[in-house]
Amino acid sequence: MNMSKVMIIALTLSIAVSAGAQDLVIRAGTLHTGNGEAIADGVVVIEDGLIRAVGPATEVEIPQQMALIEVPVATPGLIDARSTVGLSGAMNQPHDQDQLEGSAAIQPELRAIDAYNPRERLVQWLREHGVTTLHTGHGPGEIVSGQTLIAKTAGETVDDAVMAPAFGISATLGEGATSHGRKSPGNRSKAVAMLREQLIKAREYAEKQANSEAGEGPSRDLALDALASVLAREMPMIVEVHRHNDIMTALRLAEEFGFDLVLAGAADAQLVMDEIRAAGVPVILHPTMVRAWGGSEMANFSFTTARTLIEAGIPVALQSGYESYVPKTRVVLFEAGLLLGYGVSQDQALEMITLAPARILGIDDRVGSLEPGKHGDLALFDGDPFEYTSHVIGTVIEGRRVSDAVR
Amino acid sequence: MKKLLIAAFAAGMVLPVTALAEIRAFAGATLITVAGPEIPDGVLVIEDGKIRTVGARNVVRIPDGAEVVELEAGSVIMPGIVDTHSHVGEVSGGDRSAPVQPEARALDSLNVRSSGITRALAGGITSVNVMPGSGLLISGQTIYLKLREGDQIMDLVYRFDDGSPAGGLKMANGTNPIGEPPYPGTRAKSAALVRSAYIKAIEYAEKIAGAESEEDRPPRDLAMEALGEVLSGKRMVHFHSHRHDDLLTAIRLRDEFGFRMVLHHTSEAWRVADQIAEAGVPVSLIMIDSPGGKLEALNLEARSAPVLEQAGARVAFHTDDWVSDSRYFLRMAAMGVRAGMSREAALVAMTQAGADMLDIGDRVGSLMPGKDADFVILSGDPLSVYTRVRETWVEGQKRFDLDDPADRLVAEGGFNALTDDDGAAHIHGLGPHRSHAGQGGSR
Repeated sequence: MNMSKVMIIALTLSIAVSAGAQDLVIRAGTLHTGNGEAIADGVVVIEDGLIRAVGPATEVEIPQQMALIEVPVATPGLIDARSTVGLSGAMNQPHDQDQLEGSAAIQPELRAIDAYNPRERLVQWLREHGVTTLHTGHGPGEIVSGQTLIAKTAGETVDDAVMAPAFGISATLGEGATSHGRKSPGNRSKAVAMLREQLIKAREYAEKQANSEAGEGPSRDLALDALASVLAREMPMIVEVHRHNDIMTALRLAEEFGFDLVLAGAADAQLVMDEIRAAGVPVILHPTMVRAWGGSEMANFSFTTARTLIEAGIPVALQSGYESYVPKTRVVLFEAGLLLGYGVSQDQALEMITLAPARILGIDDRVGSLEPGKHGDLALFDGDPFEYTSHVIGTVIEGRRVSDAVR
Repeated sequence: MKKLLIAAFAAGMVLPVTALAEIRAFAGATLITVAGPEIPDGVLVIEDGKIRTVGARNVVRIPDGAEVVELEAGSVIMPGIVDTHSHVGEVSGGDRSAPVQPEARALDSLNVRSSGITRALAGGITSVNVMPGSGLLISGQTIYLKLREGDQIMDLVYRFDDGSPAGGLKMANGTNPIGEPPYPGTRAKSAALVRSAYIKAIEYAEKIAGAESEEDRPPRDLAMEALGEVLSGKRMVHFHSHRHDDLLTAIRLRDEFGFRMVLHHTSEAWRVADQIAEAGVPVSLIMIDSPGGKLEALNLEARSAPVLEQAGARVAFHTDDWVSDSRYFLRMAAMGVRAGMSREAALVAMTQAGADMLDIGDRVGSLMPGKDADFVILSGDPLSVYTRVRETWVEGQKRFDLDDPADRLVAEGGFNALTDDDGAAHIHGLGPHRSHAGQGGSR
């Protein structure tokens, strides 16, 4: 993008919001727009929650009547590409762990909106660390564990917060789907057979629905409805998978059933990179600080996977993932920072937690970069965003300062 | 990295080259000595596994015949990192048979060929306290390792003055050791069980001291012997504790029995920092990226680091490896600074403070003449995310080299990087996705 141009678009949108509350100007010594070179002494003008203008202070007119925040560094609001926070809570007691329902192996009908707690302190924790958009929901651990949603990290009810109430279906292949108390699935082959059976059933169900006269179709089945949405490519299947052969299984299933696949985790992605690229599948990479040990599915994970996938042209975002213990959630800012020692540039690291996840999640028309017309979502810093010695000093969502904590 | 052999031999002189080759000078890096101010463009001279000279280039005279290693611009040399709390090497301690097992020794379980050891070296760690987990009130004897080359555990151990392998005693309170009988069900019961054990150990020691003949001595009791070493001050207690009241309970036990103690983890140290400082108890902290995960870590705050520093308490960092991977130990210090700690204290917390907590501070922990030649060559500032560990040296031997493909594989990960590296997974129970609090976790 040509930064010499003043990016002012007169927005004709009229959105019903409380007047003034979502008007804000942010002026940053270094403004990372997320879609081009950083702007020295940059300004973002937010009106009615949407970005009206972005550019150097010398070129963008700062409306006098609007509140102004001046900070050393600002970036687009961060996007956590895959989490369970809001369904999983900080206490880690049974009553605040809704990310996994163990009563059956395949339950695509479980909606994330029916469990998301927008006041969960881990949501606040992420918000205070600059995360403005969260893709969260049912976690890994069953073949199909349920649905996911996309929410802003502000809002007191799920309806306030949500951007996409049912974004995708969460699935797991490999040991993660088999390592539990039930008899079945006991191994990989069985898990895949069970999933294929359900997908075939959903296909038949959808065909029957399509070919029936009104009122004569099959009775509604919430699980098959959800899988039919996947088959109709209205929702992607987000498959948590680590081992190279399991990644190939995911690709094989996507090809057989023609659904949109998003690979999540993908510790072995470097080993089957050509195949992933050929399939045109994006990767929501495991947290950089994932814990692995010999014999575990993540044993081959590498700090260089992100760089290698980016160089191969594969869309790659970072996730905080799911944590069963301490820390109870990861913070994508810290996960991205660690990559800077391993050949990932600052711009690439930023993209992995802003524009890249926005594209993978299909919300890049609204968030992911600082451009006129997009949401006024920003993370504010007192220095290099990725240095652990810097701080997040504020978070803005749709023109509202939703955090002034120093983290 | 350029290595220049300075040929300083006068023509015709015949010198014993092998002896000379043992002197190495590392020049051009900023030296973070920890013992004093940072030295830009410094020279570190090592000889026979020890540090010989530390100083600025224009001050230090490099001995004739020394191998001079000219480091890349921007390089930094810091003392080898001391990890006060780790579970590398597939370590175990006591089993699930009883809550008090001081007789179990970490050294009897350690796999020194584990890639966990290389992971530690890749993180710049040269000395490490390898501990059993925290699922027991007393889970066993820890082992202090120097990560020198070795095929078996005895090659790596630090030793007490009497020659026996050095280590501390791992204790824990709070929720981790609580469980079904024979485990305690409450905090009060936990303290009572520990007090009973130490009272028994005092009596045992008195019987031995009072014995007038061999026959008079009580039969050997390994558990009592280990607790006796704690009571005599030989063996440091490494006490896992989180909640403010649990931290004070640990101090109360220390006061009653007079043992030497380091508090570990201490999620709520920020609440009782003055009491900790006043008690003169050092603290080994882990910087964790979010609160929670277990009830006693809900009020975890990173500001424990600066609050303890400001209260005057001695602070070190640890990885609790697998909770946090040894390969990015450096981020502990950066996160400490982020929370408000001074740079100086954060650097000390990775080195000398930890060394002192393991009673090895006279040998390691800073770059000083006479100390072990344990140091790390970094590509840049230790607190920056852009910095990589390039080399790790232990007692004058290069033990990790990022340019070595095998080392690099472990440092960066990749196919088969983590063979022989599975033990601590069982300690931490980090594997299953569905686990809740109350598992045998370490923190």
